[in-house]
Amino acid sequence: MIGRLFDRAWLLSDSPQSRAQAAWGRRYRLWCDFRANKPALYGLATVIALLACAILAPLLATHDPVTQNLGQRLLPPSTQHWLGTDELGRDVYSRLLYGARVTLGMVLAVVVLVAPIGLAVGCVAGYYRGAADVILMRVTDVFLAFPRLILALAFVAAIQPGMTSAVIAIALTTWPPYARLARAETMTIRDADYIAAVRMTGASSGRIILRHIMPLCLGSLIVRVTLDMSAIIIFAASLGFLGMGAQPPSPEWGTMIATARRFLLDQWWVPLIPGIAILVASLAFNLLGDGLRDVLDPRQG
Amino acid sequence: MSHTRRDMIIVDDLRVRFGSHDAVRGVSFRVPEGSSFGIVGESGSGKSTVMRALAGLNDLWDGYLEIAGMPLGRGKPPDFFRRVQMVFQDPYGSLHPRQTVDRALSEPLLVQGIGDIDRRIRQVLADVALPAAARFRYPHQLSGGQRQRVAIARALISEPSVLLLDEPTSALDVSVQAEILNLLADLREERKLTYLMVSHNLAVVAHLCPWVGVMSNGEMVEILSAEDLRAGRTRNPQTTRLRELSAELG
Repeated sequence: MIGRLFDRAWLLSDSPQSRAQAAWGRRYRLWCDFRANKPALYGLATVIALLACAILAPLLATHDPVTQNLGQRLLPPSTQHWLGTDELGRDVYSRLLYGARVTLGMVLAVVVLVAPIGLAVGCVAGYYRGAADVILMRVTDVFLAFPRLILALAFVAAIQPGMTSAVIAIALTTWPPYARLARAETMTIRDADYIAAVRMTGASSGRIILRHIMPLCLGSLIVRVTLDMSAIIIFAASLGFLGMGAQPPSPEWGTMIATARRFLLDQWWVPLIPGIAILVASLAFNLLGDGLRDVLDPRQG
Repeated sequence: MSHTRRDMIIVDDLRVRFGSHDAVRGVSFRVPEGSSFGIVGESGSGKSTVMRALAGLNDLWDGYLEIAGMPLGRGKPPDFFRRVQMVFQDPYGSLHPRQTVDRALSEPLLVQGIGDIDRRIRQVLADVALPAAARFRYPHQLSGGQRQRVAIARALISEPSVLLLDEPTSALDVSVQAEILNLLADLREERKLTYLMVSHNLAVVAHLCPWVGVMSNGEMVEILSAEDLRAGRTRNPQTTRLRELSAELG
């Protein structure tokens, strides 16, 4: 089975012999479309590299990210400390790797929380319309009406600063657009003849939403989530910068910039390096999202 | 109409309102078992609305509807959808774009709890003259005629006794139209099906249905036999006008 996934003829067969072959053939065609888009491919490679850095941080790091050495404060990059040291003499390169864990981990946690909630709320509201739609969408409007950062700050401040509350705060302010998106998609799908045909099998509403409507909403949702990843990274970094996200000595990228901002003029590399990391990660997710949109979003062709 | 056979479809004084608009105003007709009844009319005459009410896709109606001995109400009996199926107008819109033919055909069986899925799918594909190779294709890999065959197969796989046909050929090429009509005629013979067909094409309706109802402005203005329709023995001016229009186009 695995070997067949590298067999072009098997993948591109126009009369597949099984559901699995048909599904893999469809995926392979999507991949061929995606592969033609070079910037998106760079984005994907960068995202994979960042994830690898985060996972392999203990192997790649040259120093302990939290060990302080006040005799070696604010050193410029050298063979000993590849990206220099920060104000407490900690190795910036190692902190950056461990910071990828924290930052990307927070982003993934937000996405895992937010995407299913938005999808479920949007699909249910769009499918049932009527009272369910009104109630769910007004709740969504309430969350949309708050300025995101203020709501998140208030929430974090009300509980306690830290990674868990930052993730929940970001999730609280991020799900409404997904619900809107899923609702709009569902409204266009629900009256299609193929859904009427499913209703004529006697299928329950739950089955229709889960098995027939949600898979169609998934494409644009994945695109939107990927494009939002960069915003979530910056959001997480902003909360960290304001002292409401990951707490020192935890090496989160935004927190790293915040603590190093005093040295922006004299030891500029200390805040610059985590800034570049945020830039690269955001850019990679954006390029990847653009590529996915070309492939997955039906409105683009 | 023969009186020895029971009526598979009974529509009595059906009324459908959309807001302040009366889409259907008191339509009545009966279709005996194994027969076919065609409804013709211009777009907006309410013919598709009658069909969607019978299909259980629209619950906002008044009057009396009965299919296969089951009176229709707000709630439908569990095996309603085993007895009644529908073929839609546009084969490009009636198949789920992300589901293979196999998935589309197994869905009714899974929902209805009918076993022996693999054999039934192979059988029904053969019945509608689709190659077995088409089984795991996606709709975009099929032609319009093939798609409509899949839609017919999906309607047939739960072995219904009544098939509702909503302009089943109007989105297809003329040559493919004939194939699909012949297929429907053959299936009716083999499976003793009862058809209710909606179309704006008088020739298509007269080909398949011995009895035809003409709808105009939400009312059924005339019910006549296909021979009378072909021979021009019409009583209602609306029927005459429709007939002349389709003669001009044909």
